[in-house]
Amino acid sequence: MFNRAFLSAMLIAALTVAAAGCIDSRSQAHAVYVLVDTSGTYANEAGKAKIIIHYLLGTLQPGDSLAMARVKSRSFSEKDIVAKVTFDTRPTQANAQKRAFRDQSDAFLGTVKGSAYTDITGGLMQGAEFLNETGAGKKTILIFSDMQEELDKVTVRNFPISLKNIRVVAVNVTKLNTDNIDPRRYLGRLEAWQKRVQAAGASEWKVINDLERLDAIFAKS
Amino acid sequence: MADMNSWMAGPDNSAMSVLVVLLVAMILLYAARVPMHGLIRTAGNALAGPMRLGARWLAAVAEAMKQRNKAVLLAQGRRETSQRIEREFERIGILVTRDLQGYPTLQRKLLEEITRIEEDFQKCGEVPPPPPDWVEAVAAVAQIKTGGGEVVQKILTDVRGSIERIHDKAIAEYRRAYQTRHGILEGFMPYWRSLDKTMKQVDTKMARLQESATAVDGQMEKYKKIVAKSDEAETTLTNSSFTQFTISIIVLWIALGGAFINFKLIALPMSEMVGAGDYLTASLRTSEVAALIIILLEASMGLFLLESLRITHLFPRIANLNDLTRRRMIWISLVMLVTLAGIESALALMRDMLIADKQALLQSLATAPAAAAGDGWITRIPTAGQMILGFILPFALAFVAIPLESFIHSARTVCGVLAVDFVYALGFVLRVLSGLVRLASRALLHFYDLVVVLPLMAAQLARSLRSRGPTVKARASDATDKSARTL
Repeated sequence: MFNRAFLSAMLIAALTVAAAGCIDSRSQAHAVYVLVDTSGTYANEAGKAKIIIHYLLGTLQPGDSLAMARVKSRSFSEKDIVAKVTFDTRPTQANAQKRAFRDQSDAFLGTVKGSAYTDITGGLMQGAEFLNETGAGKKTILIFSDMQEELDKVTVRNFPISLKNIRVVAVNVTKLNTDNIDPRRYLGRLEAWQKRVQAAGASEWKVINDLERLDAIFAKS
Repeated sequence: MADMNSWMAGPDNSAMSVLVVLLVAMILLYAARVPMHGLIRTAGNALAGPMRLGARWLAAVAEAMKQRNKAVLLAQGRRETSQRIEREFERIGILVTRDLQGYPTLQRKLLEEITRIEEDFQKCGEVPPPPPDWVEAVAAVAQIKTGGGEVVQKILTDVRGSIERIHDKAIAEYRRAYQTRHGILEGFMPYWRSLDKTMKQVDTKMARLQESATAVDGQMEKYKKIVAKSDEAETTLTNSSFTQFTISIIVLWIALGGAFINFKLIALPMSEMVGAGDYLTASLRTSEVAALIIILLEASMGLFLLESLRITHLFPRIANLNDLTRRRMIWISLVMLVTLAGIESALALMRDMLIADKQALLQSLATAPAAAAGDGWITRIPTAGQMILGFILPFALAFVAIPLESFIHSARTVCGVLAVDFVYALGFVLRVLSGLVRLASRALLHFYDLVVVLPLMAAQLARSLRSRGPTVKARASDATDKSARTL
């Protein structure tokens, strides 16, 4: 009697585990794409991006993905991705990869050259492409920028983009001189981006200006 | 509003209308009184009857369950008691074999010692030979008168000298003889001590035997009560089961705490083996499940080990194995347990290394300079502690089989008793509900009569008048007859 009950329990447990095993492991992974604005107005702030990268390296888990790309005159290109990595599932390997990524990003951020224009939309599109390719369950784009998009006459970005199921977080959105004169410009700029991002299907839009509160990047609003 | 007025007895006279409606309703309800009473009674019986039946059935079921529980409990108690008696007899057998087997040797030793003591005692009784008969001769010589003669004087002096020499010799002999006897008596002491020790040993062994015999007597008494299926035995066994249940739950909780610590020790390093990014469910990592499986394997190996050692009896098949196979199984489960403990110890070390690596990475990522960590032997203590804990915990977990067995066995009794109580309580509730339904149906009948009280009273009045009418007429005709007869 006891044996039969024990075997039944084991069978149920095995079936449960087998059924649970069907869950895609990547769906639990987190992929983060960091866009660093290197335009003339914002290039001086690039050093602060190091804090965010370091925070992300300390927070992301084995199996997660991280990429850093620059925003310049035209940013819809793989060449603008400075560093990218999908961390190994083994913690020791993941730590080694994090160290390598840190060195790579630090080297880039130490030698940022300002660009003439700022193609944030192109960077967002490139980021969405990268994040969708990772197959991660949670996807986040961090934009380290003043959110002032400036395009040359040839570049076309005034069309709807897709950021479906992607969280977009704007970090360290500095105020321009003109914003100080008329703060409505700053607020209007943020509002416009929020509308555009949400229209693109983003799951969340968030602005974090205090770099001491980076834990809010992954906190649900 | 127009519709409302159509229902009114008079225009805008609602009170009158309500009164009329009530009167009409009352008359209608009175007309339907008899069938309504029947309906209420039937409905009450239809509800209360099955409830009462259900209550009786539940009581019968509870009684049957109680009897079955009693039978199971007594059978279990009988098995346990007979096992204990068997064990006591085994112990007595060992005592008898070990202690009383050496009894002939002990007896021989005792007899030898007693014989030796007797011989020595007899030797003590041997006295030196008495002085020769020359004492009388000396007395006779002493009576001789010297008379101042030199010859006589010399003879006497010589005699005296001889006597004194002989006396001294005799005394020396006596002293030597007594010294020898004292020596013999002194030699008694080790034998006495040995005798005393042997007797004490015999006494201890006999006391131990008596204790075992008393224990057997106690168990036999208990066994007799169980065989007689007495209520006292049932109560005792039930109480014992409840105690066992409580104790086993406490111990299992403690073991669960140990398993949790064990899990914490190996969950992180397991991610290095099976990967940290794989998930089985939304929040359950494969590495955590792997750690859990290792802990369960350890518990299983412990269970098999204790089963093979016949400490627990959860698997009769293991207990029934022949000694050779059982011994092999003991060794296999022990080796696997030791291997798993070794793996866990290594994982505990790895956990420490992983944490240190992560800490180093975080420090290198931090903006503020990190404080230099000490590299002395003190920092090694937690690592060593984790490794020792990782090695010991699997063995500690192995013993969880004992409270588990106790829990499973006592849970049958405890659950049985609780189920019986529950069924009894359910029966009681049904009985109470049945009574309440009956009361409610009666109350409803009275309430119905209260609603139609006016037509009811009118009907009663009419009935009484009808019954009184013929009586008055009969009385009047009787009076006429009487007066006619008188005239």
